[in-house]
Amino acid sequence: MPLFAGSYDGASFFELLRHDFPHLLPFQQLHNVPQFATGECRLMETVPLATTVLALRFADGVVIAGDRQATEGFEVSSRRIEKVYKADDYSVIAMAGAAGPCLEMIKLFQVEMEHYHKIEGETLALDGKANKLAQMVKQNLPAAFQGLIVIPIFAGYDLRLQQGRIFKYDVTGGRYEELQFYATGSGGKEARSTLKKFFKAAMSREAALALALEALVDAADVDVGTSGPDLIRGIYPVVKTVTCHGVTDVSEDEIRPLSERLIAALQG
Amino acid sequence: MAVPFYVSPDQIMQDKAEYARKGIAKGRSIVAVEYAEGLLLMAENPSASLNKISEIYDRIAFAGVGKYSEFENLRKAGIRYADLKGYSYSRQDVTTKSLANAYSETIGTIFTRDPKPLEVEILVVEVGETPSQNEMYHVSFDGTITDRRQFAVIGGQADRIRTYLQEHYRTDLSLAEALALSRRSLLAGYERPPVEESALEVGLLERGRVGRKFYRMTQTEAARAIRPLTMDHEHL
Repeated sequence: MPLFAGSYDGASFFELLRHDFPHLLPFQQLHNVPQFATGECRLMETVPLATTVLALRFADGVVIAGDRQATEGFEVSSRRIEKVYKADDYSVIAMAGAAGPCLEMIKLFQVEMEHYHKIEGETLALDGKANKLAQMVKQNLPAAFQGLIVIPIFAGYDLRLQQGRIFKYDVTGGRYEELQFYATGSGGKEARSTLKKFFKAAMSREAALALALEALVDAADVDVGTSGPDLIRGIYPVVKTVTCHGVTDVSEDEIRPLSERLIAALQG
Repeated sequence: MAVPFYVSPDQIMQDKAEYARKGIAKGRSIVAVEYAEGLLLMAENPSASLNKISEIYDRIAFAGVGKYSEFENLRKAGIRYADLKGYSYSRQDVTTKSLANAYSETIGTIFTRDPKPLEVEILVVEVGETPSQNEMYHVSFDGTITDRRQFAVIGGQADRIRTYLQEHYRTDLSLAEALALSRRSLLAGYERPPVEESALEVGLLERGRVGRKFYRMTQTEAARAIRPLTMDHEHL
């Protein structure tokens, strides 16, 4: 059939690629490359890495944020990379790890959500989305052994439970729900300390935004791979919220004054 | 050795076409109408879950009449085609023209090769950035593809509905006007108007919408938007 050459007949775009077009999957087939088998080449030092991303719950849903730097060994590979994306109307995804596979997996995940919606005429439950992402991360395990690690944070508004929810993952595709907050990437530990210290249940949106930025500033302060708000070039972290009204980008006009205040506090 | 009966290709094609037409004539028609802010697709459909109108991609929608399982398969294949192309190239590269051509080829091949033709007629429509960039393609059971403007009709009562629209369509309709016109044109398809109006399935491609342009009106929304208008018209 010129319309569609494959034979897969389900509602998942990810399974469709696996079944009929495996060459389009983001996962690298590294076991065929002899340099990796012998450990001669270490990818971690030669590909851009996306670093700190975090998410925390507040009264109306979830705030998710990420810094803008990609690092390549000891070099800054990009100052403007984005690591936080809208997945569908009620969920967001952020990634840390090897930038290339991360971005490709986000794109695949976005298409997966949309494809399922169009084929089935309904959207997946938030748990269903979180599980699907776990299966994708699991597929990346062989590449993760070679250093191409991909670690997402997935968050969304559960319309059934009427609350924001956060999921974290490990390289094997393990999926765990976090009830308060989570941060990952090279500055993740530092960001988590800040979040742990100042997190309160049912915070206001403003308090949650300020805390997310503070955690990123603290991460950038210690971790060389993470950039804080760049006041000179005007580059600020990407922040989004998910509530019962859907996904909203937090505008730069709102982030700029918050960032300036935090930086001023560092000068102290 | 038994000699197979000779049947002329003419006869085979005629028989197949007649078979397909009969199947399609059983279903109610669907209209697509261009209005100022987008494109509207309307079908009479008592079922709220078995859809005849569907989203394919950012600006593209699909409508099918005839045998449900057959146009449902075509619909899914179209979504797979579009998503695969958008994923491996870019979202702008998914064009209605190429999708409609792929449909035409597929349906045409089945018509000539398979013993049973598809009993379907489909519409593939796209809302453009400006009204002049709108696209509407009609693909019939034998794969014939036609390019339409302003409005398009498929299904058993297409001729009568088309005549009605030719007389009453005008450009730059508002959404409310387009809904009313579509409703009246579907009613014009009946020889005798039905006692009870059937539920309507309405899909919109709204130019002003951010991202994916397709919006499915719920049956209540559609009924509420249309009823007062058709009543007004009856009073006139």
